[in-house]
Amino acid sequence: MSYVPSTAREREQMLKAVGAAGYDDLYKDVPPEIAFRGDYSHIAKEGLSEFEVKDRLGELAARNRNYAAIFRGAGAYRHHIPSCVPHLAMRSEFVTAYTPYQAEISQGVLQAIFEYQTTICALTGMDASNASVYDGATAAAEGISMCLEKNRRSAVVSQTANPGVLSVIKTYCKAMDAELILCPEKNGVTDLEALASLVNENTACVYAQTPNFYGIVEDGEAIARIAHAAKARFIAGVNPISLALFKTPGEYGADIAVGDGQPLGIPLSFGGPYLGFMSCRKDMVRKLPGRIIGQTVDKEGKRAFVLTLQAREQHIRREKALSNICTNQALCALAATVYCAALGPQGLYEVACQSMANAAYLKEQLEAAGFAPAFPGVVFHEFVTQCPTDSAKVLAALDSNGILGGLPIDGNRILWCATEVNTKDQIDHLIRIVRSVIPHA
Amino acid sequence: MNVPDNLLYTKSHEWIKILEGGNALVGITDYAQEQLSDVVFVSLCGEGEKLSANGTIGDVESIKAVSEIKSPVDGTVVRVNQGVMDDPALINSAPYDAWLVELSGVKGEDSLLSAKAYEELIGDEA
Amino acid sequence: MREDNMLIFEKSVAGRRCVTMPKSPLIADIPDGLKRSSPPGLPEVAQIDLVRHYTQLARKAHGVDNGFYPLGSCTMKYSPRLNEDCAALPGFTQTHPLQGEDASQGSLAVLHDLALSLADICGMDEVTLQPAAGAHGEFGALLMVKEYFRRKNDLKRTKVIVPDSAHGTNPAGAAMCGFQVVPVPSDAGGCVDMEALAAIAGEDTAALMLTNPNTLGLFEKNIQEIVRIIHGAGGLMYCDGANLNAIMGRCRPGDMGFDLVHLNLHKTFSTPHGGGGPGSGPVGCKAQLAEFLPGDRVVFENGRYAFAKRADSVGNVKNFYGNFLVCLRAYAYILTLGGDGLREVSENAVLNANYLMKLLAPEYAPSFEGTCMHEFVLSLEELKKQTGVSAADVAKSLIDRGIHPPTMYFPLIVREALMVEPTETESKETLERAAAAFKELHALAFSKPDALLEAPVLTPIRRADELAAAKNPLLKFEG
Repeated sequence: MSYVPSTAREREQMLKAVGAAGYDDLYKDVPPEIAFRGDYSHIAKEGLSEFEVKDRLGELAARNRNYAAIFRGAGAYRHHIPSCVPHLAMRSEFVTAYTPYQAEISQGVLQAIFEYQTTICALTGMDASNASVYDGATAAAEGISMCLEKNRRSAVVSQTANPGVLSVIKTYCKAMDAELILCPEKNGVTDLEALASLVNENTACVYAQTPNFYGIVEDGEAIARIAHAAKARFIAGVNPISLALFKTPGEYGADIAVGDGQPLGIPLSFGGPYLGFMSCRKDMVRKLPGRIIGQTVDKEGKRAFVLTLQAREQHIRREKALSNICTNQALCALAATVYCAALGPQGLYEVACQSMANAAYLKEQLEAAGFAPAFPGVVFHEFVTQCPTDSAKVLAALDSNGILGGLPIDGNRILWCATEVNTKDQIDHLIRIVRSVIPHA
Repeated sequence: MNVPDNLLYTKSHEWIKILEGGNALVGITDYAQEQLSDVVFVSLCGEGEKLSANGTIGDVESIKAVSEIKSPVDGTVVRVNQGVMDDPALINSAPYDAWLVELSGVKGEDSLLSAKAYEELIGDEA
Repeated sequence: MREDNMLIFEKSVAGRRCVTMPKSPLIADIPDGLKRSSPPGLPEVAQIDLVRHYTQLARKAHGVDNGFYPLGSCTMKYSPRLNEDCAALPGFTQTHPLQGEDASQGSLAVLHDLALSLADICGMDEVTLQPAAGAHGEFGALLMVKEYFRRKNDLKRTKVIVPDSAHGTNPAGAAMCGFQVVPVPSDAGGCVDMEALAAIAGEDTAALMLTNPNTLGLFEKNIQEIVRIIHGAGGLMYCDGANLNAIMGRCRPGDMGFDLVHLNLHKTFSTPHGGGGPGSGPVGCKAQLAEFLPGDRVVFENGRYAFAKRADSVGNVKNFYGNFLVCLRAYAYILTLGGDGLREVSENAVLNANYLMKLLAPEYAPSFEGTCMHEFVLSLEELKKQTGVSAADVAKSLIDRGIHPPTMYFPLIVREALMVEPTETESKETLERAAAAFKELHALAFSKPDALLEAPVLTPIRRADELAAAKNPLLKFEG
């Protein structure tokens, strides 16, 4: 099945109309030496029926574990997704459209993304947002790219950031010939003294994540002060749900806020598609990569939305463009917008509070079971414990009970996560299992 | 198309006006602004920047195009025109008043085009 | 009731709720100094408000499901519903990316088999699925080129050659990776100017980025000679696979002599474009470059799928393993089509394009003569000279006839360009109706040009003032 509607008869008519005896005539510019005539080695010659494909993929889906409870985050978080979110975001007019180049026929997509930009600015407390990039990690890397200048070629990046994000930053810095300087951590947070000593007149920016990889809330104000004292920029990597509670990047003086929008109504999906969001202060708007939607009027004075500031982008600026991004994550941005509108300020506040409260309860219970906290500091919905026994044993016991435990990290430590879906009952159940494998607990 | 006689020009459509005392003003020509259409943004290098001929002074953006502005000569930027940065449309309404930068220590103006030569150039391009 | 054009924020009524969250007996304890000063300005709406709002926005959007969408270079083909169902299976959507190999065997199998299938289709030895879009793949591949020469200590290769007809992502991606971009002109036939290329290629050439078929919809018939020139100079051949939809089962970038290629799963492999994304931009390469690919490879050993590091990988270009659900849809597509189906896709994409091009003549002339591949580029320069009606005016008028306009003003080397790509999933009568609309507009341009200058008139808005938008950017709702 190739989804080609034309019948054999119609194809013949069309071939005749264009003066071709057969398809070979259409490919006469392809030199015979490079023509492909063989069969594929990994693709069956004939396609499968719809039933067979569904069956085969259903079988593969069944080979993934689906956990009743997930206490693992580390950059991908299970939250409740209200039913209306996928129902609206997956409307086929949105799903099967492309970049809204033609404003008159694309007001729906344009307005939705304008609402997305407003939502991201509301959460981060910044002036402007773009229409999304690939994920939180590339958002961080693109943020660094925004800050690089001729005589400021280094980025000081806190080691407390998510290692997945760090690895992408490293790749981009290598590409852009920017120097990547890692700032060490102290007690699970960015070592501010070390940071102050690493930031200087060559520093383009400081990147730090809060809550950081260990779940701890960093001192955004202090980091901003250190960066700004050297006239460097501060890029804050943030969890959007946490911003319902905690000070915003805008409030603590960041120049750019980036992060992954996955917690905002986007399923785990084995790592993608997710959503990279980026927002910044007014003075950096023209450095933002990718699409930006603006409000204007049509020729009759009616409110209208358009792609704007396009002269920043690759299709106009070509080799002078700061980024080559073209296709983004628009549908995920739409889902995040609908999610935030569905929850509203109160709903998002409840999700954040309950995630934080559940994590605090989990932490307290684990502590009582002999899991010492690895670090002091205020945490949002993730935290690290030291295992009183082999962490693999603990996680295996949970696994066999249908629970995905925290992420094992170095030194027999576990990074735990709880959200609003990890209820008190779930946590009590987890603790019972954990206690059963700890000697003398 | 307006091509004043008292200025010198480049093939990339900048004009330069040598002032008394040897400094020079640089802008873009009437032809260039028309090709770009409405200019919406101007970004210029900083004061104190030393430029060689063909070095980048900055760029001007319209909605659908961007054009890099190159220095016609060697020189040092002593002033940038904040007024044009604040109101880029001045480039469209009065391209020869809307200078972008003032250069000192100007060198290399011999190789530039006269008004007549520039007029021929744009005649060919059109 | 008439449709409004209010933002969801303007429909907010304090105290309205759309969904409820579970009530927890637990209370969060946030130190005062860390709290945000006021709640975020999000809308407060009831569920019915929310549903009607986005349903109304959906009505103001145009997708492939709404009608013909011949947006050149974007391959707006039909996105099969089957693939959507597969991508909605909880077994895939509920899988945490860090739940471990043993718990993710199904997802790993998809990644493993898809990578093999795509390598097969493009004639390469290995493929990574990590890049999230075509431009992202280009970025990753160019970084591979950079690292490849750095490891060989061949540091003089600082230039990337890009045809003047190329997508903007090519030069922008090369520049992102620190390369100097050298344009090569097109010849009178719309293909790479061979003399110019030979003169440019040299020991400073890192790579040539070539789209084949190119953005004019023409097959670069001198491809073998191009490869000889670039390889002869010691450079690498990079294929922008944006136009793969023209050639599947007919020829393969790897067999043409390319060393690297990126594919766009949202173009060739039918995954929906999502109003701008998400896409997926896998990169394929020949064996000598395989260890440089971004991300980890998935291997199948002893009956089990696992990740394995690549020795010289340029690193991760994205967190985790790519846009997995997009990859999954492409996998379902390939399974459905099989090898024969893939060839049928390309042959009919090319046939449809040639048929439409033929129907549009003589009123609309393609910018270059001859057989086109899956798309063609019209130049409306003559029409504009004669009537004052521009390519944009024709495009806007098509909207009133239910057709999404072709790509406008690209490639840059064609004046008043309209780039038309019908794809294989459009029927003969759709093409005929579209051609009739184009022709009607051509006649109207002479008899009543104002009608085109005014268009569109049947849309939610008339032509928008883009100049005002750029002059005084208003990028969010200001309460």
